[in-house]
Amino acid sequence: ISGQVLDETGLPLPGATVSAGGKATITNTDGKYTLTGLPAGSISVSVKFVGYEVLQQLIPVNGDTKFNASLKPSSTGLNEVVVIGYGTVQKKNLTGAVSTVTSKDFQKGSITTPEQLIAGKVPGISITSNGGSPGSGSVIRVRGGASLSASNDPLIVIDGVPLSNNSISGASNPLSLINPNDIETFTVLKDASATAIYGSRASNGVILITTKKGISGAPKFNFSTQLSAYKVGKKLDVLSPAAFRDYVNTNGSAAQKAMLGTENTDWQDKIYQTSLGTDNNLSVAGTYKTIPFRISGGYLRQVGVLVTDKLQRTTGSITINPKLFDNHLKIDVNLKGALTESRFANQGAIGSAVSFDPTQPVYVKNSFGNYYEWANTSSDGSVIPNPNATRNPIALLAQRSDNSQVKRSYGNAQFDYSMHFLPELHANLNLGYDISNGKGTTYVPANAAQSFAVQGLDNNYQQNISNKVGEFYLNYIKDLKGINSNINVTAGYGYYDFLTKIFYYPSYNANHVVVAGSEPAFAFDKPQTTLISYYGRAIYTFNNKYILAGSVRTDGSSRFAPENRWGVFPSAAFTWRINQENFLKDSKTISDLKLRLSYGVTGQQDGIPYYSYLPTYALSVAAAKYQLGDTFYGMYAPQAYDKSIKWEQTATYNAGMDFGLFDGRVNGSVDVYFKKTKDLLNNIPIPLGSNFSNTITTNVGNIENKGVEFAINGALVKSSNFSWDAGFNFTYNSNKITRLTNVESPTYPGVLTGGISGGTGNTVQINSVGYNTYSYYLYKQVYDATGKPKEGIYEDLNGDNIINEKDLYRFQSAVPKYILGFSTQLSYKKWSLSTVLRANLGNYVYNNVKANIGVTRNLLNPAGFLGNVSTEIFKSGFDNNQYLSDYYVENGSFLRMDNLGLSYNAGKIFGPTSKVGLRLNANCQNVFIVTKYSGLDPEISSGIDNNFYPRPRTFVLGVNLDF
Amino acid sequence: ITADLAYNTPAGYKQVLAKMYGGFALTGNGGPDATVGDVAGIDQGSSDFLRLFWNLQELTTDEAAIVWNDPGLQDFHVMNWTSTNIMIRGLYSRSMYHITACNEFIRESAEAKLSSRNITGSEADNIRHYQAEARFLRAYEYWVLLDLFGNPPFVTENDPIGKFIPSQIKRADLFTYIESELKAIEPLLVDAKQNEYGRADKAAANALLARLYLNAEVYTGQARYTEAITAAQKVISSGYTLNPKYANLFLGDNNVNNPETILALNYDGVNSQTYGGTTYLINAAISAALDPKTFGVPNGGWSGMRATKNLPLLFADYSGATDKRAMFAPGNIEMNDITVYTDGLAVTKFKNITSTGAIPASANGVYASTDFPLFRLAEMYLVYAEAVKRGGTGAEGQAITYLNLLRARAYGNASGNITSYTLNDVLDERGRELYWEGFRRSDLIRYGRFTGDNYLWPWKGGAKAGKGVEAFRVLYPLPSTDIIANPNLVQNAGY
Repeated sequence: ISGQVLDETGLPLPGATVSAGGKATITNTDGKYTLTGLPAGSISVSVKFVGYEVLQQLIPVNGDTKFNASLKPSSTGLNEVVVIGYGTVQKKNLTGAVSTVTSKDFQKGSITTPEQLIAGKVPGISITSNGGSPGSGSVIRVRGGASLSASNDPLIVIDGVPLSNNSISGASNPLSLINPNDIETFTVLKDASATAIYGSRASNGVILITTKKGISGAPKFNFSTQLSAYKVGKKLDVLSPAAFRDYVNTNGSAAQKAMLGTENTDWQDKIYQTSLGTDNNLSVAGTYKTIPFRISGGYLRQVGVLVTDKLQRTTGSITINPKLFDNHLKIDVNLKGALTESRFANQGAIGSAVSFDPTQPVYVKNSFGNYYEWANTSSDGSVIPNPNATRNPIALLAQRSDNSQVKRSYGNAQFDYSMHFLPELHANLNLGYDISNGKGTTYVPANAAQSFAVQGLDNNYQQNISNKVGEFYLNYIKDLKGINSNINVTAGYGYYDFLTKIFYYPSYNANHVVVAGSEPAFAFDKPQTTLISYYGRAIYTFNNKYILAGSVRTDGSSRFAPENRWGVFPSAAFTWRINQENFLKDSKTISDLKLRLSYGVTGQQDGIPYYSYLPTYALSVAAAKYQLGDTFYGMYAPQAYDKSIKWEQTATYNAGMDFGLFDGRVNGSVDVYFKKTKDLLNNIPIPLGSNFSNTITTNVGNIENKGVEFAINGALVKSSNFSWDAGFNFTYNSNKITRLTNVESPTYPGVLTGGISGGTGNTVQINSVGYNTYSYYLYKQVYDATGKPKEGIYEDLNGDNIINEKDLYRFQSAVPKYILGFSTQLSYKKWSLSTVLRANLGNYVYNNVKANIGVTRNLLNPAGFLGNVSTEIFKSGFDNNQYLSDYYVENGSFLRMDNLGLSYNAGKIFGPTSKVGLRLNANCQNVFIVTKYSGLDPEISSGIDNNFYPRPRTFVLGVNLDF
Repeated sequence: ITADLAYNTPAGYKQVLAKMYGGFALTGNGGPDATVGDVAGIDQGSSDFLRLFWNLQELTTDEAAIVWNDPGLQDFHVMNWTSTNIMIRGLYSRSMYHITACNEFIRESAEAKLSSRNITGSEADNIRHYQAEARFLRAYEYWVLLDLFGNPPFVTENDPIGKFIPSQIKRADLFTYIESELKAIEPLLVDAKQNEYGRADKAAANALLARLYLNAEVYTGQARYTEAITAAQKVISSGYTLNPKYANLFLGDNNVNNPETILALNYDGVNSQTYGGTTYLINAAISAALDPKTFGVPNGGWSGMRATKNLPLLFADYSGATDKRAMFAPGNIEMNDITVYTDGLAVTKFKNITSTGAIPASANGVYASTDFPLFRLAEMYLVYAEAVKRGGTGAEGQAITYLNLLRARAYGNASGNITSYTLNDVLDERGRELYWEGFRRSDLIRYGRFTGDNYLWPWKGGAKAGKGVEAFRVLYPLPSTDIIANPNLVQNAGY
């Protein structure tokens, strides 16, 4: 039989699966297919395509038979299968707050790390990149995070293998070892109904990543290549060489005037470059004999905008998905490997470049490798870098070579066996691993001013990680037709082991001589933690309308003493599919309406030391020995411990509504939630004399998060030539600390946090009871009649006529209150235009750059050198640093166009019968940002802008070939 | 490793003993660049005992003012600190940490523990000495708390580790406790001058007793000057002699050929690195313009603190030409701006060069190897002289002899010798002899000149000419963090 498969608009559907009589094929780019070797007679043909209802039809076959099929889109994708923890459900039956983004909706362009694929796409999750360095990670927060001192990172599960959040030496971000091109879907689990099955690691949300799998049919190749150019958009406003000279000549002493150079150097221009990157991926997917497979390889090379910054990554993946024993045994094997080679630029150059004297040259003949440096001549004639001066930014970059190589391999084999005697019962075994080896070297020549005191560096480091996962569960699904019910029961066991081996080496100077006092006490260290879990879930569906779901997980963690080791994390949910009720069943407008209510308890243990419940002694490093008599002894120090440390617990209440209108052309969801974390793993002051420190991480404190999430997606226009899709999401989250100490005390200010650059130990934020986390905690600036701040004059808020710590006040926070995302795509014939916009509202930023270099003291530096300043000095007129003035906190709300893309689908470039399809695309990323913030970029998760590595504007050209 | 492994051998005991001393000198086990040290809530590099103690004892007085804007630092000189001051919390935390660690060591070196670990004979005897030294170190830290905070929490080896709330001790009771401890351990300690370098002996215990008794009237309202004289005399007659050259007391090789120091905090530019200790006292006292190499810190010079004019003016001639103890860099003696380093004279007393002019090995040309004298003979002479003048039973002639020993060393001859002295002369002599060694605040309090307006110095109370401050500032507040964590504590009056 042969024919063509068309969609609802009459356009051909390539890639649809047609099967009949035990044979199957895939439609070609024209939607055409041929199946041969079928016996004559009546035969059942089925046609499947993702997002469409399955067509099953009995046709008579007699010789060459024509059969054309027209598929109808499945209503709102409600039959789409969504991955949840330990299983899948159809979207219509979901009981939890779950958002899914599939590859067709990913952010496009130059995406180096996977989390950036869904930035701005999902309500309730904020993804803030850590800057513009190639491969740098992001701060990911699901519903604001639930913790204070412990981790706020979500659990990330790839193909059923939970990753550890531990960093990998030599990689700026562990996720940068994962090739985004291998990813098919992201599923974000948000409420407890969805996450509680992950128990003690679920409080900060769970992100499930599914990678691309083998497909049935003949092998299909895909090759994509991208060329990207990166460019820094904006530079910081500092004094021009002329203005600088003018200032020094007017205000400087004779000695300072004599320091002026004769050059005109724009140091920011010197440290940044327009850089290039390329990302190439080749994949083949198909079926070999009866085994579906996918093999892919990727090569990425990205040069940073900061001179000397570079990332090179080679990735490979193999997936096979055979089915054995009459499809009773499904096997999924995923193997992925990555190799990265990085050179990390010395990011200290960013700060040096804004404050280095613009009248000095880059190069000059001297003993520091011929880079101009501020130096002093000793009485004996030796020239020594001024220890307090800014270092030459170019020397910081060029004279430091910081290279790393990281190998990582992860994967799993999952066996799903549906019992021959009882097909409703599945046994599922999942064995996974994640190993990596990171190593690197840092070299600075002996004559470089940056490490002059130790005569250069020649250091190396190495770390091996070996994580293992073993899981087994049984799943029983049964339709109980007699009582109009369906039950779906899962019970399982999990074992997770995380082992890291850290090697210790002495420090060497550039001549490879061991730096005295740096010899390690131990050659290596092997921290290890293990988690054991039992979990179960039952979903009961009555009449396709009412769904009751409950899950429970109990986790045992080696991080806690045996008596506190086990935690129990239950959840319950009720879902009402309102549209199945008679009064809506026939509605033309409302195609889906579902109410979800859930409650559950999750835990969190990440971010605390592995052995903090045990009384231990630690041996000091070689630089911290103590002399008794003539011998230096390594010191054994008793370590603070908390015998009773345990999980922190978050109870989440969630109410949500899913809706679909006009046969699913518009669909969306609304969720409101309330999260209450108790027994926070919180570092608090303890009564002194009761332990071997003045603070300890223990279970004290409560924090609350409440929020609203809303998402709507719609096909605004849908015709054969023109379509317009748009999606919008909105998040409101507000947190409040409700308790911080064992003993309630109204006079306790809270935990100072938010360390800044400038002074020693200055902080600008605080976590206080009754306030948002990371509220600013500063003095209230007093202004004169013209609106100019009065230097060092602050409001006496407590009215005691003294300005001291008691006058610090709390206001605003680094955490945004509202997060908005908007994506849209316009398609006309072969062209399509898309854009993604994101906005954060209500987040405030401490402008540390201004606070540091917005003062004249920085210019005529009393420590014997000149330094450039921000043009800010003309506004504030400050002579000395006023780090603790609220003057430097600014509204960081912004609207950013993340992405603007144009693509052209050339179709069959070698005629309608050829197999070769071509798509071309062009993207611009980080197109513009609208903000009142006066610094370079307000999107900084910590809220402290201190010489942030600028996110470049990126221009991408890409080619995608199918063959 | 677990506690049992650490104490498994006598060598292990020695390494814990090293921590009992090293926890006193260094910031933590991780070295100077670790992110956290023994105590938290403060910049690691400034969390050692000496840097904090020095700041609280010296920056609050006429002897020093600092330029930097670190949180809370400027509050010391202008005397408006509060209970949330980070450095006040830092010192209090350091002392209490040290006490808690000593308690643990005292528990672990109990006789029953030794026999259960099969440690006997001379090895057990050594550990008994270690235990007495841990009790001495604990007594020293309690003296610090007594002097600066008055009424701290009180824990001994009989209290547990974990979730328990220590009780508070009143200042007078704490005085009694320290006195009884020092008397109890005196016979248990190694004889004077017989212990290893860097470890406490009988003389150290008596030196602390002398200091304690001299200030007893401040601590308890009861004068104990005769006991001060007795204790000081015990130390004086233990065989210590003045280092012939005053300047050598503060150099990089002051651990050798130094007959004067009774107990020192030991630093080493390679093996015991820190940004506190004498590294701080040397680097922060000078600027890069003062040729740091001549101070033995070629890559240092932090432009931090310098003296107000009151200190150099204690010397009739502060050039150092007559009284060699006057060690100041030339410059502007007036302090017009407290945040300008060149306003006020730099103090060049501590240096990281040896008596022969060499620079000791240092990992980075910043860390110093100069040891800091906690107790030295000169102080005992001064205790003797002051206690006699304050009515203790002793010989005034002997006191004059002692004072003249110091003055003859300072002048290099008898030209500065005295034949009589007043009580006030002793304070001035202490200023000249012991400046920048952590005594000044206690001395001014004992003489009633710390608060109030009967003695002023530039920027006292925040006014350029100086002005009086509230009397309650003779004690520091208990840190608010501990007031909240420990409901048994009552805050000192005024805070």
